[in-house]
Amino acid sequence: MVPLHGRLSTRLWAGLATPGTVWLVALFVVPVYAILAVAFGNIDPILRTTAPEWNPLLWDFGPFRMILDRILDPDDLGAVFIRTGLFALAALAGCCLIGYPVAYFVARTAHRSRGLLLALLVLPFWISYLMRMLAWVNLLQTDGYINRLLGWLQLPSNRNWLDGDWPTVVIGLVYGYVPFFILPLYAALERLDVRWLEAARDLGATPVWTFLRVTLPLSIPGLLAASVIVVLPMCGDYFTNSYLTGGSPRTEMVGNQIEQFLRGSSQPQSGASLVIILMLLLVVLMAYYLVTIARSQREASA
Amino acid sequence: MSRRLRSRFGPLAVITWLYILWSLVPVLIAIRISFNSGRSRSAFQSLSLRWYYDDPTSVWKNDELRHAMLNSLRLAGLCMLLAVPLGVMLAIGLQRWRGRTSRAANTLMLVPLVTPEIVIGVALFLVFTQVYTGVPRGFTTMLLGHVTFSVSYVVVIVRARLISIGFQFEEAARDLGATRLQALRMVLLPQLGPAIFAALMVTFATSIDDFVISSFLSTGVGTETVPIKIYSTGRASSTPNVNALATVMLTVTMLAIASTAVVLRRWRRHGNDDAHIVGVSI
Repeated sequence: MVPLHGRLSTRLWAGLATPGTVWLVALFVVPVYAILAVAFGNIDPILRTTAPEWNPLLWDFGPFRMILDRILDPDDLGAVFIRTGLFALAALAGCCLIGYPVAYFVARTAHRSRGLLLALLVLPFWISYLMRMLAWVNLLQTDGYINRLLGWLQLPSNRNWLDGDWPTVVIGLVYGYVPFFILPLYAALERLDVRWLEAARDLGATPVWTFLRVTLPLSIPGLLAASVIVVLPMCGDYFTNSYLTGGSPRTEMVGNQIEQFLRGSSQPQSGASLVIILMLLLVVLMAYYLVTIARSQREASA
Repeated sequence: MSRRLRSRFGPLAVITWLYILWSLVPVLIAIRISFNSGRSRSAFQSLSLRWYYDDPTSVWKNDELRHAMLNSLRLAGLCMLLAVPLGVMLAIGLQRWRGRTSRAANTLMLVPLVTPEIVIGVALFLVFTQVYTGVPRGFTTMLLGHVTFSVSYVVVIVRARLISIGFQFEEAARDLGATRLQALRMVLLPQLGPAIFAALMVTFATSIDDFVISSFLSTGVGTETVPIKIYSTGRASSTPNVNALATVMLTVTMLAIASTAVVLRRWRRHGNDDAHIVGVSI
């Protein structure tokens, strides 16, 4: 019997892993470190260009503190952060209200008839995100089908949806991200052991009681994972918002501010500082998600 | 009987079907609008291919739209060819290579999956403008960026398959006198076929769909992709030509997915049981 884990093999396996690892170090680790180097680096006093500082001992936290002060000021960047949080929470609530019943229903559908439902749930994944937003730009025109539908229902029908209207942003976020919420939740609910539900029923629990006391608590990890999967990108989203509102300052989110600092007004240092603060706020969610993935991989290999 | 009826027509079923309609009908409307014969972007008009072929601003005749389409396809094609070999090698290496470095590389590989795209976009933008200034900005940097976020997907897909294959076939080949590389090439790689194929398609689709990374690394006209074009002109455009552009790209993606499904199904019929990776992987 020839072992696969000899010393020679180790060299082969390490050799196979090297190109990909080097790639990730050069194009992921170094770039992420560059965010720190730029945020805590210097600005050339004459040319006004950014000079990244790679040595942490020489980092200058002054500019970062200035951005932090602006974030703590609720009339300045603070408002943008609060708005981002509120939008993300509202959109998450929408995802739960729509996504939970759908995921639950599909998970409880008989295996035979589940294929079509699953295919339809996966379909939005393969449609370009921006095309799905374009579809709403079409629908929400002042003479579009949404306003016509409202008129037909005898409701006020001359609303200008695409001009910095916050409900439009929340609807857009829910529409954009709910497919990413449903599938992981479905996977969790599908794994749920039916015998628990049967036991609850046999012991006399009503369906509602069974749901509240058995299904819901058992689905909490899946619900959390699904929430993290949508909240992370929503907090950094800028395109949904600016596409559906034309970049209105009334609905500005953190992502818009970052994009503007970097691409609009070329203040990479402020942009980098904002990214760091966003990362610090999201790091718990990222860690939770990372642990979930790692655990599911370990379970699969066990 | 009554329970089956309830599950098929109950409130949950109604919610589910309403959701499915809501998730797909807007896109169908956008597709229908792309076939308008007039300029309206908010209502159906009589059918024509004007915004695909005839009009000077159509997908075919307008240089910018055509370039965006070709750029997207080139980017996705090259990204596939770079990211999949890198990812397959990384997946095999990480599965077998034991040690502290390997554990670190394993975690490192997962981090891009949980990092918000805007962070990766900003990081790459800064590194290409401040550090790797020798790399020509534009198409090249966009390609490097796309490969970076695709590698992790490839690893996750391939590794799921590696785990289900196990080591016994390779060990048998080694016992029968094959070298390590021969066992890898002639035993493991063919068994990885469905996963590699699925990884190719997933990479293609995520690259075609990517907006954030592309837009941070694009240098304007000439390097624009379809999502960038939809973003920059779709809102203000006065004609449905962007709808036509989006529809063309959707058709390309759907054809790719459909052919993947067909190939994987055939594979499964030939004995490889767990080829159902495409839909569930992301």
